[in-house]
Amino acid sequence: MTTVKPDLRILTYRESVREAMRQAMQEDERVFLMGEDVGRYGGCYGVSKGMLEEFGPERVRDTPLSEAAFVGAGIGAALGGMRPIVEVMTVNFSLLALDQIVNTAALYLHMSGGQFNVPVVIRMATGAGRQVAAQHSHSLEGWYAHIPGIKVVTPATIEDARWMLPTALADPDPVIIFEHAGLYNTEGELPEPGGPVDISTARTRRVGSDVTLISYGGSLFKAMTAADDLATKGVSAEVLDLRVLRPLDVDAIIKSITATHRAVVIDEGWKSVGMSAEIVACIAERALWELDAPVRRVCTAEVPIPYAQHMERAALPQVPDIVAAALEIVGR
Amino acid sequence: MTPDRDHLMHLLKEMLRIRLFEERCAQLYQVEKIRGFLHLYIGEEAVAVGVMQSLVSGDAVVATYREHGHALARGVNAGMIMAEMFGKMEGCSRGRGGSMHLFDKSTRFYGGNAIVGGGLPLAVGLALADQMQHRPQVTAVFFGEGAAAEGEFHEALNLAALWNLPVLFCCENNLYAMGTALERSESQLEITLKAASYQMPAWAVDGMDVLAVEEATRLAVEAIRAGGGPHFLELRTYRFRAHSMFDPELYRDKAEVEMWKERDPLLTLPMRLRAEGLLSDEDWDAMNREVLSEVEEAVAFAEAGTWEPIEELTRFVYSELGAP
Repeated sequence: MTTVKPDLRILTYRESVREAMRQAMQEDERVFLMGEDVGRYGGCYGVSKGMLEEFGPERVRDTPLSEAAFVGAGIGAALGGMRPIVEVMTVNFSLLALDQIVNTAALYLHMSGGQFNVPVVIRMATGAGRQVAAQHSHSLEGWYAHIPGIKVVTPATIEDARWMLPTALADPDPVIIFEHAGLYNTEGELPEPGGPVDISTARTRRVGSDVTLISYGGSLFKAMTAADDLATKGVSAEVLDLRVLRPLDVDAIIKSITATHRAVVIDEGWKSVGMSAEIVACIAERALWELDAPVRRVCTAEVPIPYAQHMERAALPQVPDIVAAALEIVGR
Repeated sequence: MTPDRDHLMHLLKEMLRIRLFEERCAQLYQVEKIRGFLHLYIGEEAVAVGVMQSLVSGDAVVATYREHGHALARGVNAGMIMAEMFGKMEGCSRGRGGSMHLFDKSTRFYGGNAIVGGGLPLAVGLALADQMQHRPQVTAVFFGEGAAAEGEFHEALNLAALWNLPVLFCCENNLYAMGTALERSESQLEITLKAASYQMPAWAVDGMDVLAVEEATRLAVEAIRAGGGPHFLELRTYRFRAHSMFDPELYRDKAEVEMWKERDPLLTLPMRLRAEGLLSDEDWDAMNREVLSEVEEAVAFAEAGTWEPIEELTRFVYSELGAP
């Protein structure tokens, strides 16, 4: 049995997201959930299990396999005064709804000269690592983060999984929440009483002085493990959890680099033209002279994600890769 | 039921407003007051005017990039529409949208959507919000027959029918998706059959006859408001002008255009009214003068408009603090 301090609760990531949605729906009649298999099935990843029974089919709506239609309907419902949470089963399927997200949700406020904001929240699972092969393993957070008009958040911790949602729902503009599928079973401590957290800043998850490991989402814990390993090798690594990819907290990145003078960016997306490229460009623009060594990137190999376990593992960023990159630039 | 004279005159005037407004737009395009894409609705006026008669304040309208007519018929201020096309800050979208992206919160006019088929899911969502909030509103969404080839069309119709949502689907069948004729893009030419396959009432209507459009819409909207779920109108119409100002019209015969022009609602309705002794030359001249003066006022308003300061460029990407 785990000993828990009285002001902490142990919760899984999955339970945290569910609790966040339940609370939002209990407190605000305008909030409802829709998506494929969110009701009777309980959610592809079990996130909404029990919610149909609690809230009924009006507010926990199973949709057809029509990503464009139900994402678009979420956008329309948001324009019509509701506060929809649209669950797209995975980022892979969100490509079928790109028109609605990019051409409608992201543009409406601007095209209408400020008249029509779109308070929709779109949640989707992302990432690889479970041998589900190329069409179910994309990490396209960086694609979405390219688009002005939407906000992109990547909760990695239990607290963020629990408390980013109310902030996203209160936001007047479209927010996409990426939940790394590998995180749903993770457990962690949730401070009590908690409360909504911001969706605009990065957080230092571990303080260090020799190198900054910059990451987000599913790669954060690989970075944390790498930092543990580096500590045994006498290297003090700082870990920065970006949390939000748009708007990107560039100040936090620069602040950390200014202290450690070295950076490794860990991103499960591909390296080319990706999120990691943006981060490195920001460092080059604002903190080039702070660097004592070249920046390193640990990203997914430039291949579709293979099925075979050993091949998939080789394609994805792994702890030893992060450790090796950090050791190289600190000169060990 | 025979409509009374006032109502017939109202329908005629509404169509004339669109016609004269757009003829002026074409001139203004030639002198480069209006730039970018300009898609004229000329020939299709009976559709927008006929449909709008059954909508009340609070209903929502979602239109296409060929939407000047819908905006005017919905009651969006003509001056603000013209100013928008001039790119002025006084435009209905502050000059950020232009001809293809007219928006107006006060009349619940949701664009101005320039991705074919993209407006349909949005309309489904607006109707879902009305249904969930127990409002008696109807959402009318306009799209061309070309949209019937898009996945979003089929997904949206299915969802609207599945959830029994108050949507009026208004398919403006002008026979050409830009330059591609219906028979060269569809295996099934009867568009109402596509809609009917989603278990919703779907009627083909003469879109050149404003009274036929009005009557069909009235029946559909009454049924929708009574909880009858989505209805689908295929409004058979024709675009007299080119697709946009860049279109040399290589894909259709002049004779075909001329044949359709004989059915011009701004020819046939005045003829009918004259025959019935309801419209004199003086009436028609007066109506033209009145509408022309509204158009010229709109142009003057647009001319007098101002350019948004470049310092405001990055506004309206995200909502501003304190905004509702």
